[in-house]
This record gives sequence, C-alpha cells and structure tokens, in this order.
Amino acid sequence: MAERVGVYICHCGSNIAGTVDVEEVARWAGENIKDVVVSKDYKFMCSSLGQAMIEEDIKKEKLTRVVVGACSPHLHEKTFRTACKNAGLNPYLFDMTNLREHVSWVCNDKEAGTAKAKALIAGSAERVKYQQPLEPSYVDVHPATLVVGGGITGLQAALELADAGHPVYLVERSPSVGGHMAQFDKTFPTLDCSACILTPKMSEAGQHENITMLTYSELEEVSGSVGKFKVKIRKKARYVVEKDCTGCGICMEKCPRKIVDEDFEAGLGYRKAIYTPFPQAVPRTPVIDVENCTYFQRGKCKVCSKVCPTNAIDYEQQDEIIEIDVGNIILATGWKLFDCKKVPQYGYGRLANVYTNMEFERLCNAAGPTGGKIVMRDGKTEPKSVAIIHCVGSRDVNHNAHCSAVCCMAALKFGHLILEKTNAEVYSFYIDMRTNQKQYEEFYQRLLEEGMHFVRGKVAEVTDAARNPDEQGKLIVQCEDTLLGKQRRIPVDMVVLMGAIEPQADAKELGLKCGISCSMAGWYTERHPKLDPVATMTEGVFVAGTCQGAKDIPACVAQGAAAAARVQGMITKGKVMIEPIVASINEEACSGCRICNNLCPYNAIEFDPVKETSHVISSMCKGCGTCVAACPAGVITGAHFNNQQIFAQIDGVLWDAKPAGGNGGAAAKAAEPEPVAS
Amino acid sequence: MKYAFYPGCSMEVNAAAYDVSMRAVAKVLDMELAEIDDWNCCGATEYFSQDELTACSVVARNLAIAEGESNQLVASCAACYCNLAKVDKLMSEDAEMKQKINEALSAGQLKYKGGVRVRHLLDVICSDIGEEKIKEKVVRPLTGLRIAPYYGCQAVRPISIGDCTEYPMQMDHLFEWLGAEVVDYPVKAHCCGGHMPQISEEQAFELQRRLLQSAVDYDADMILCMCPMCQLNLDAYQPRVNGMFGTNFKMPILYFTQLVGIAFGLEPKAVGFGKELVAGLPVLKKKLEAVSA
Repeated sequence: MAERVGVYICHCGSNIAGTVDVEEVARWAGENIKDVVVSKDYKFMCSSLGQAMIEEDIKKEKLTRVVVGACSPHLHEKTFRTACKNAGLNPYLFDMTNLREHVSWVCNDKEAGTAKAKALIAGSAERVKYQQPLEPSYVDVHPATLVVGGGITGLQAALELADAGHPVYLVERSPSVGGHMAQFDKTFPTLDCSACILTPKMSEAGQHENITMLTYSELEEVSGSVGKFKVKIRKKARYVVEKDCTGCGICMEKCPRKIVDEDFEAGLGYRKAIYTPFPQAVPRTPVIDVENCTYFQRGKCKVCSKVCPTNAIDYEQQDEIIEIDVGNIILATGWKLFDCKKVPQYGYGRLANVYTNMEFERLCNAAGPTGGKIVMRDGKTEPKSVAIIHCVGSRDVNHNAHCSAVCCMAALKFGHLILEKTNAEVYSFYIDMRTNQKQYEEFYQRLLEEGMHFVRGKVAEVTDAARNPDEQGKLIVQCEDTLLGKQRRIPVDMVVLMGAIEPQADAKELGLKCGISCSMAGWYTERHPKLDPVATMTEGVFVAGTCQGAKDIPACVAQGAAAAARVQGMITKGKVMIEPIVASINEEACSGCRICNNLCPYNAIEFDPVKETSHVISSMCKGCGTCVAACPAGVITGAHFNNQQIFAQIDGVLWDAKPAGGNGGAAAKAAEPEPVAS
Repeated sequence: MKYAFYPGCSMEVNAAAYDVSMRAVAKVLDMELAEIDDWNCCGATEYFSQDELTACSVVARNLAIAEGESNQLVASCAACYCNLAKVDKLMSEDAEMKQKINEALSAGQLKYKGGVRVRHLLDVICSDIGEEKIKEKVVRPLTGLRIAPYYGCQAVRPISIGDCTEYPMQMDHLFEWLGAEVVDYPVKAHCCGGHMPQISEEQAFELQRRLLQSAVDYDADMILCMCPMCQLNLDAYQPRVNGMFGTNFKMPILYFTQLVGIAFGLEPKAVGFGKELVAGLPVLKKKLEAVSA
C-alpha cells in the first residue's frame, strides 16, 4: 500500500519566506512528489495552531508519513514528533527538513533558494516513506552527580544538589577547593572580602553529608551514558593519610624546604614542600610536593614524618583509582590566566614593576605575601603612581577575540584599593569601559569621583627608556589618547596588566572524555547559547561557569545553580528516554572481525567470545553510524539511517537529474523490492 | 645552502662594512649567497607614495629575476627586505595588481608567478643555520661585550622577518649564542629617523638621541644594526646630535655581521672595522682580550 505523505512548509515569519518562495514549494511538492497527499505552507508551523493543523490532517487525511520543512531539527524536531504522536502516528515516521539554516539563512537569491528548498523537501519526502516506527527505551537516573571543579561554580552546584538531598562527588585537581575566588582580595562592586564569602561555602561543602570531596584528584575516564555514567577518578597521592591528619599544620611549619608559590601566590609568596595552598584550605590535609621535597629528591629529611603527632605521613602512598556511578556530570572547570609575556611590549617578566592582575590580587590581599600592603618588587616602596592596562590578551586579534568580561570592573576595584591604601595616582588605560551589570556603572561613577584617571586608548608600550629627566627611573606608558586625539607618555612606578581569562589548557581533552565539544577558542559549547546555556549536546553532561565563557562571580554562581537545577529535574523524574536511533548487528552474518569494537567512540559494542560475534549495547549507542560505515561485511544497520532511507533521500534531492522515464533510483537497488517513487 | 641574494644600493658604498662582513660570515657558515643578475633599485621608501604601480613593478622585476634562480631571496638591507616582501604579498593577495604588474614586466619578457620567499639575512642566520651550528663556529666568544641589538622598523613592520613585531628577539638570541652580554634594549624597534635628516634635522636628531641615550643608559658598548639606513643615521649624525643636544655620545654603531665575524675569529679589518665614523675597534680591544692580543 502506498504511503500517504503530508508536507508542511513553514514561513518562519520572514526568516524562510524572505528568501524562499514557500507557497511555490508547497504547491510544487503537492503536485510533483509521488504519494504526497497534503502539502501546505503556514506562517509559524511550530505554533500551537500549526501543530494542530498537522494533527488534524493526520487524522482526517489518514496520513502515514509527515515532512516539515522549517528550522533546524535541534530546535523543533521534538515539537513535531510530539504532534505526530498526539495524532496517533509513530514519531519516527516524521522527517524534518532544515529550510532555514541550510537554505534561507545562507542564500540571498530567492530563485536559487526556492530550487534548493524543493530538492531538500523531495529528499525528505522520499526518505520518510522508508522510515520505520521506532520505540524509545528508558533508563533509570542514578541519583548521584559528579561535579568537576571545586571553584565557586562547582561549589555552588554541589551545595544546591546536596542540600536537595542528592549525593554529589566533587572532584578538584588542586589540593583545596576554592578556585580563583580564594585568591582574590575583594569582590566588585560591593567590595566584600572574597574569602569571607567563599570560605563558609568551602567548609559547608567539606562537611556536607551528601558531598564526597575528592581534592588533588582528576577525572580519568568516563563511560556509559546519561543516567548511568561510570567514572574513574585518579586520586593523586598526597603522601598524607587524610583520615589520620588533623590539619594541625606542624609539618608545614617545620618543613625546611621553602619554595616560590607559583600557583596560589602567583609567584609573589612562598610555601613549603608540604603544604596546603592557603590557611583556610578545605580539606586541611596538606600534600607533599614531590618535585621539591628534600626526602623525595635526596632520600633524606623526613622532618614532617618526625613531627606529625598522628603519624599521618605516608611516603609510600600511591595514586588511587576510584570508580563511581553517577547519573549526571557537571563540568565547572574554570579558566586560566593569559600569559602576559606574549605581549612583550608591555614588559611583563622584563620590567620588574609590571604585574599581572592575579599578582596584584595577592598584593592587595591582607592574607597575601605583603599583608595587603601595595608595594613594589623591592618589598617596601609604595608606588606614587600606578597604571592599569585593560584588555591584555583580550579583544586582540593577535591573541583572543573575546572580551574577558570582568577586567573593567576588576580594574576599577584595583583603582579603589590603590586610592584607599596609598597616595598614588591611578591611571586606567581602557579601550571601552564595560560595566553593564547591576551596580557596576555606579561603581564606575564612584571611581570617577574618587579621582581615578581614565585614558581611552590601547597602550603601545610600557618602557623604561626615558626621554627626559621626569621619566628617569619610571615606567613610561605610551598611549594614544583617542579622546584627546594625541599621543601621551605617562610615567608611573607600577603597571598592572589585566590579563585575559582563557579556557583551561586541557579543556578540549576533558571535554572529549565527557563527549562534549569546545569552540575553536576552547570554551565548552552549550546546547543553545541563549535558551539552553548549561546543557550540552550530550545528555546528562552540563557545563557551568567560566569553562563555558568568561564571566563574573554572580554569573558563575547563577550557572552553577542552574546546572544543579537541571540535574535535579533529571533525578526527580527518575527516568530518562533513550533515543531508539541506534545501530544493530546482524549477528548471524557477523564474522567477529572486531573492527567495530575499537572504532566505537562510546564503547557501546561488546564482543561475545563464545559466539565470536559482536553486538551493540543499545543503551550506550548514540547512533553515530561509525560502525555502520566501517563494517567490512556490511552487516551493521543504523536505525533511522539505513541505506534504503539514505539512498531514497539522495534520489529525492536529485529529482531533476534523473534519467528520463526511469525510476531506476539507487534506493531501488539498495534494498527490498518495494516500488520506489519517481 | 644556496640562496638568491639581493644586495640593494647601500651595500656597495656606504654599507661596505656590512657587505664585506656578511660575505665573510656566509663563507664560515657555508651559505652561498648568489647575487641575482641585473637587479635594480628596490624603490626605497618614497616611490611607493608617488606611483604605486610603477614602484611595485620596479620591485617585482627583482622578484621575477630571482624566481628563475631560487625559491628564496635574501636581502641584507631592511628596507629592501620590506619592499620585496610587501610586493610579494601584494601580488599574492591582489590578482588585479598582479596582472597589471606582470603586464608591465612583460615589456622585459619577465613574469613573477609568486614562488619566491623573501628573507632577511638575520632570519636566515638565526632560523636556517641555527644555534647549534653557530655555536660550533665560535672561536672568540664575545664575553664581556655589552651589545644593544637594534632592529629598526622595516624588518618587523609591516611584514616581520619572522620575529615578534613588537619586541623582536632574534638578534638578542644570536648574540647570546656568541657569548655577548645582550642588554634589554627597550627602543630596539623604534625609528632611526629614516630620511628625516634631509627634511627636519631637529626631529630626526631627537629620534636618534633617544636611541643613543637608551644605549648609554643600559651601559651598552655598541649598537648593532641590521639595516644600512639605521647604521648611517646613528653613526654619521652622532656629532651633529651631540651638537644639537649638548650630549657627548661616542657610541660605535656596527653591523651585526661584523661582530658575528669577530666571534668566528675573523680579523677586525676582514669584517670591515674602520669604515665606521665612531670608531669601534678601541671598544672592541678594550673589552675583548683576544682581539687586543
């Protein structure tokens, strides 16, 4: 029996109708494509009226297949599948043609656009006839969640979930949670003490009955899929037994080896070879830095072991692999600072009194290496003038195109702190002042009133080459002041570079482990930039905070909470639908060559050593089709993407290129002797 | 390694020290610099603002001649490098200009297809020969000699010889390999005044004063150049700069290849010492025992 196909062409307002003659496409499809019994166009097919029209036609016209030509399936495939289902048609007997992203948005010739739309619709209409009814399956959602990254974003996500009663594994790669926020002095624009608002959250997470905190640990491997991920975590050897350590700190006090702390103190302070990054660290258990420990390097010392009152030091400790089951994963892996040495004309690393923003945070911090005194590298002289240079590595075609979002406000904060703590003049060299969140513009006004100087222009260079006696011994900031329209040279004592927020160096690698992708720059890609900012294209994997893009603390906290809310929804629902679009292996014809086993990116193919054949674990299969293409015997079929369906679609797309009078399409040759439409 | 070589106008007379030292150093390093046949003026700076097509065609003639001989064309003068590289880039990006220029060249039965990579001598020495081979050839390390590496503008802007545009480092590295103390010379890519002495001495000499003063501030023994224009400006006008500003600069301005030659054990005279106006040899003798001995 011939299928009865309904074709629906959406105007999408003028989005599609502007460059495609939608009425003509609908008319043409109705008159020219075999088995099409209804063909209509409509202003907004995704509206409830549009959906109702399709549902009504399915019932009234007894449609057995539906094609909608509209926007991307990412947006509305689900909508129309549901409409089909509501009308009693299996949702997989529907196909969606992308006439917007694939035609109207990439085309400005209406005639050509209309022709392409016709070809794509013909492809869908031919393909849909060979589609088969499929039934989704459901898996239970494991109630535990993995949160990767213990900065403010990860802490927020973990606490939200834990407070709601769900178990959380919080994995952090450094020895303590807290992230960059723990390094800051004040937060803008309220000037709250950063540590004072952060540390309560850190200790709450550390003590929470529902949170298993795994610090000094890294994500090793992720397998499985939404609802039932299996995760391997490498817990690096601390050489201190956590359950025995009381965190008294005697070992750190007595350790004879002092080294420059390049991480927490940004190179301005020191730590011991056995250390916690900072006094309020959570957990309080220190770690031994093997690279710098005298015992590990020379075989002698063991001072920490001798002084430890609870014998918690264990030099023989090994890395441990912990395997856990979780239903969902939240990545909150944060950012790294731009290497300011990449802008050599600003002199960082060459001119002593040029600082990075992170160095300056430590310099301002009362718990920092100078006790919060703003002094120059000599450790005692207070600067009489400070220049703050914005956009170092941001908004720069040579480095990062993006705006780092926080630097303008951080620069204003620095300005305030310098004016408060010293008698210095403060100059801000900015390109555009970006203060567009709540109370931010007001803070800018406050700094204008406090007397911070603002020079609009990109700094050409920071140099110590003086041209006159006034410049002697100073750092001279050379800049075109674009408001005055002239070059200025401003001699200062200290320069602070507002280095860009960059994606973590290993973001791509970690993303791959979790099956999500990064933008070219290295930010994790969200499912939808506006409407689904914390979900990803992989079900059950969420992203939050600066790993998704540069943002400030309030935005990070909001995203951490948002990701937690999404996960809670999954847990509350308890079950998650698994798409039936999966591969299957005809085991009778399988030769057991195992080529597919290693190619599967989701480890969804298992080999049965008794039968000597492979089979697909359908709950883990994502339907990518790699194995289908690779099987040398051609015995793997991808549901919803079988050869017959694809060849029929090709035939349809090439409707005007067919040999005259023949229906000798490839689809006919590809499979069953079902008659093929012309 | 064989390279096509474009000497440019300066090398024969005012930059004779550059020419002789470059050839001597090339010999030590087994670099064959084959001067291209019947080359002409690079157009210098001014011609381009007068008549772009003619200026480009004049330069392209050299590229077309070189194309028949090698796929790499080395220039020793920064201005020559800059013009050759600029025209090569323009012709690769602008098909219409390429056609027009080739039309002009066809009068002389020449055509430039775009197969030449324009190089500066400094980059060839640093990147192609490299640290290891250069260190092997050092017989007289420049220990104790404080040099200010001066790159000027045209080697790094607008088309860098392969170094950082804002703060080039190749010469710094080269002289570290040779054992010298390289001062962190902050004005290393600033302007030498170019042809300004002919237009406004006051402005030109101020630019030169800054360069000389900075070298003095950093306690440099000499400034090393990679461009004949830079060398000429800083060397020849030094007494006039002193006259205008009441300074007392006595800073030798030498070509980098001269000092490479000294490190390779060549005699000062063999690398053109004595042709400069502010004498370099006394400083060299004072600082390097091996030379005075």
